[in-house]
Parts: sequence; structure tokens; C-alpha cells
Amino acid sequence: MSRIQTVFEQLKLQQRKALIPFITAGDPNPQLTVPLLHALVEAGADILELGVPFSDPMADGPTIQRASERALKHHVGLHHVLDMVAEFRRKNSHTPVVLMGYGNPIEAMGWETFAKRCAEVGVDGVLTVDFPPEESHEAFTHLEAHGIDPIFLLAPTTREERVAQVAKLARGYVYYVSLKGVTGAGNLDLSAIEQKLPQLRRHIKLPIGVGFGIRDGATANAVAKLCDGVVVGSRIVQEIEDSNEQEMVANVGRLVKELRQAIDN
Amino acid sequence: MYNYPDAHGHFGPYGGIYVAETLMGALEELNAAYAKYRDDPEFVAEFERDLKYYVGRPSPIYHAERLSAHLGGAQIYLKREDLNHTGAHKINNTIGQALLAKRMGKQRVIAETGAGQHGVATATVAARMGMECVVYMGAEDVQRQSPNVFRMKLLGATVVPVHSGSKTLKDALNEAMRDWVTNIENTFYIIGTVAGPHPYPAMVRDFNAVVSRETIVQMPEMIGRLPDAVIACVGGGSNAMGAFYHYLDSPEVRLIGVEAGGYGIETGKHAAPLTVNAPVGVLHGNKTYLMQDADGQIIETHSISAGLDYPGVGPEHCWLKDTGRAEYVAINDDEALAAFNTLCRFEGIIPALESSHALAHAIKIAPGMGKDKVLLVNLSGRGDKDINTIAQLQGITL
Repeated sequence: MSRIQTVFEQLKLQQRKALIPFITAGDPNPQLTVPLLHALVEAGADILELGVPFSDPMADGPTIQRASERALKHHVGLHHVLDMVAEFRRKNSHTPVVLMGYGNPIEAMGWETFAKRCAEVGVDGVLTVDFPPEESHEAFTHLEAHGIDPIFLLAPTTREERVAQVAKLARGYVYYVSLKGVTGAGNLDLSAIEQKLPQLRRHIKLPIGVGFGIRDGATANAVAKLCDGVVVGSRIVQEIEDSNEQEMVANVGRLVKELRQAIDN
Repeated sequence: MYNYPDAHGHFGPYGGIYVAETLMGALEELNAAYAKYRDDPEFVAEFERDLKYYVGRPSPIYHAERLSAHLGGAQIYLKREDLNHTGAHKINNTIGQALLAKRMGKQRVIAETGAGQHGVATATVAARMGMECVVYMGAEDVQRQSPNVFRMKLLGATVVPVHSGSKTLKDALNEAMRDWVTNIENTFYIIGTVAGPHPYPAMVRDFNAVVSRETIVQMPEMIGRLPDAVIACVGGGSNAMGAFYHYLDSPEVRLIGVEAGGYGIETGKHAAPLTVNAPVGVLHGNKTYLMQDADGQIIETHSISAGLDYPGVGPEHCWLKDTGRAEYVAINDDEALAAFNTLCRFEGIIPALESSHALAHAIKIAPGMGKDKVLLVNLSGRGDKDINTIAQLQGITL
């Protein structure tokens, strides 16, 4: 059983929902990434989404764009990110790590090499934001061959036929984008999520995580009631941006602990 | 018969639909609308009518006799897209897309722009159709193309300077995509070049193909045959695709795309991904030759002309390069500037800096060719917008 599957099965037994925080690798500098990942786990994260910095993050709002820019100032590339996961795995063998980013850095490395490296260092899933199912054949083949879960996005605007198509390819969990917009936008509509989920459930047998626009405990709690996992990205990245380096790990830990408590309530 | 792209927007291995799921719904809607209207007689008639009475088409072909005599070789003919309303080929495409937006019930249009020509062309059609218009423009381009910024504002558009990344065309495109995904219900994104996710590369090509639809008739009328070569500049490549398209099945006509060599190919500071065989990658919704570093990060490009300052290129050009149907070369800043001055002085025509690249290549190869040979250069835009850039280079403040 994959690490992602194991986590969701355990949570199900405990009747709890997954907390899935996101940070960008190398933000604010490469030395802090692994300590931050451990802090996220200690604070109650179930799965970690680790952003691969990219020069042109089209689907991201200003907060995560700036995180990418900070990481790129340190020239953090995909192979560094894989090294960071390897380092994280020395002390943690149970928490799933999902790499999230854009396709071009992976294209540059080559999907076969990338998938092989993912398996070696202990990456569990890969979410390639700008590779919809239509363009994911090569990616899927190589990830599948190395036991890496391809994670797909679904959106409020996704038609039901496409939901069915994603259901066939997706492994691990499916990430439902809760609003129309970029990451970090603030117009999340709970009733719209509630309406869309039954349609998703008809096709998706995997756990469904919901993200984009979850900025506080109250929203996290409300969203958690509707799905299997809550993804929080921009709010955490904002905390990294607002903290000085000495207090950053503690501040991020405190924030994630609050989210954990809110979700479990 | 040339018949690309396939149903999913692929030109061989290039093109496609590489966007986040959040945009797929909008692209499906656009794809369906374009498939419905592209051959719809009423749509086509309205498009043709606008091209004739609003743009002023057909644009003439002009035999640059004094320039040709000066060069002493091949005859240079200019397709005068610079004479179009708004001063460049860009209006052909914006009219087509705006007519589509109207039929899809979209009240708001957005666009990215580099040199500002596409922004102006979008603001123009939006004003005419009473649509709200927002144009994203790299902060650096806002500086170097200030006359066009003012023009867009006069036309009622909101111009948003983009400060992220390299502050040029690619960043404007990123920001326009972000706007689109946020306002997907009421907004139509008018992309200005033959790049982006399917169906944009094919759709923008089709709207600009009016250029070669005209020249393939005009040249035989003027000289009794097709030209020996068609030469056009390539940034994203919309004017070149328009100028090439109807010649694709006429192999006797050489098709030459001219990229921006910037400070020189050897310096690495250029915008010529095809010429240098840049690695293939994915940006802005399509697979293409792409200026990038070893980590797959997009690198900053350089060109004196904002309209060519782009790290990728339309996927169809990648395919035409691979199949050998078109050739691609680079012209550097200095050569383009020299061509700009030459055309001003020999023919009384001030060309856009973008078009000056195509012209410079013609000037380069004409002397080595016989006087009976004919080079058709697509003069894609006029240079009024560039006078500040040129003046600055000459140390003059206007």
C-alpha cells in the first residue's frame, strides 16, 4: 500500500480529515526547507505538498509567485528539490510528500529520469499543474512505472465527462480547486463546493482534497466537513514571508497547529 | 494538402493544451465556438466586411524599386500591413476574436501586449464593440512603448503594467492568464500571437492568413508568378504564419522566418529559439522550442523590438522548421536598425522595428541573388511607435 493510501485509510478509521500544507522548496532559502517540512509534520500535517520553483507560475497568485522568486534567487532547481526530499526522508519515513509544480522543469530533466529519482528519494505523488490528462500520457507512463501517484486537479468548471476521465488516471488523491482563480485568492464559496462534490464522488473513488483560498481555521473546518483533506498553501507561504528567519519555523508550526485543531473540531 | 493541427492542437510534437484544469472549461468552450463559427457564412461575411471597411484591406504590395536598385540583386516587394488601421497586422486577428467574443456573449476582453500593437488593436475593437478592455503589458515595455500605452488609454482600455519576472511580454501573458482564470464567465482572452493553448495557434493563424490569401493573388497580378521567397519576422510568429499559410503547399516558394538576434546569437542575449535549436519545453499552454536554462527555468530574452522579445515561438513554426518547409534565421539589433534607416531613406516608409528584422534579412540576401528574383517581405507594422526608442539610441529626447 502506498504511503498516501495508508494515511487516508488511517484517517478514515479515526474519522479525521487530512491536513495538507504546501510550501515552496527553497523559500526563503534552501537551508530552511527541510526544517520547515519537519515542523509541518510535528504540527499535525498528514501529507506535504512541496512546490518546485518555476520562473513562470501562471496558475499562482502573487504570494506563491514571490515564494518561487525567492527560491530562484538561490537557484533552487528540480534536482535540489529531490535532494531535499531525500534529506527529509532520513528522519521521516511515513509522511507522504507530493511535488507540485509546472511541467517544464520536469520536461528539462526528462520524465523517465525524474520518475526514477522520485522513487529513489521517496517522493509519493506528483502534481503537474499545467499538464491536464490530455497531455499526461508520457508523464503517467513513467510515474506509474515507478509507483509514483499522479495527482490531478479538478475545477468548478470541469465538466462531468472530464471528471470521469481524471478518475481513470488519478492515483493517491484528487485535488479539487475550490474557486475560480489563482492560488491565494479570497473568494471561496462553500455552497458551490458542497454542490459540486456529489458529482465528483460519482466518479472519483479516491479521497478528495480541497484547496485554493483556505486562509483560516474556520474555513478549514467548514471545508474539512465536505471532503477528505484540506490543502493550505498561500496562507502558510504568507507566514513564511512575514516571519524573520529565527522565528519562521516556530511561526509556521503554530499556524499549522491551529489549522489542525480547527479541522479536528 | 497541409492539414495541421490535429484535433487536440498538435503540430507534430508541438502545440497541445498545457494549462491548469481551471482553464480547461474555458478552452473547451472557445474550441466549440470557434469550430461552430469559423466556416459560418454570416461570421465569415462579417469578418470580411470589417477587414475591408474598417481595416482597409486588401493592403497593397509595393515594389521597393529604389531599394532594390540600390542593393543590385533580387527585387524587394513589401506587403503593406503597416497601412492597416492601427498600423500593423495585429488588427486582423483582434477583429476575428472580438467577433467570436460577441457571439459567445462575453462583455469583457483582455489581452497581453509586447510592443503595444496587439494591445492597441484589442483596445480598438473593444471600443468599437462597446466592450470593457484590460491590457497587460510588461513594466519594461510600458516604458519603451509609451506612445502605444497612451493610445490604448485614449481608446478607453485599462493598461496594467506587470512587474513580475522579466517585466516583458511573457510576464504580461502570465498575468493575462491569471486574470482569465479569475473572470472566466464574462471574459474573452484575445491572445495576440500564434502561441498559447489550442485553439489559439490555429485560430490566430487563420485570422491572419488573410495576408497570404491576398498576396497569393496579388503577386501573380503584379509579376505574373509567385515570389521566390516570403520573408517575415518571428516573435510568437503571427504575422509570419499569416504570410506563409497559403504558400505551404507551394514548395517552390521559400518561407523564411526571421527571429530577433538581439546583441548577437553568440552573446546568448537574443530571442531566437528556433535559430539556436533551443531545447523543447512547455510554456503558456503549448510545447515549443524554448529559451531556458538547464533547470527548465525560462531565461530572459533580449531584443531591441519589444514585439519579438519572447522566449518561445508558435508551435506551428517549430513544426515547419522540423519538416524543413520553412527556414529560420536571426537578425541582430544593429542589422535591424540599419534596415530601419535604409527603408526610411530609400522608400519613405518608417517600418516597425519588428518588421525591420524581416527587411534586414532581405537586404542581406538580395545582393547575392539575380535581378529576376523576387523577395516578398511582410512589412507587418509601421514604426511610429518606435520613434522614442530610436531617438533614445541617437541620444535625442523628443
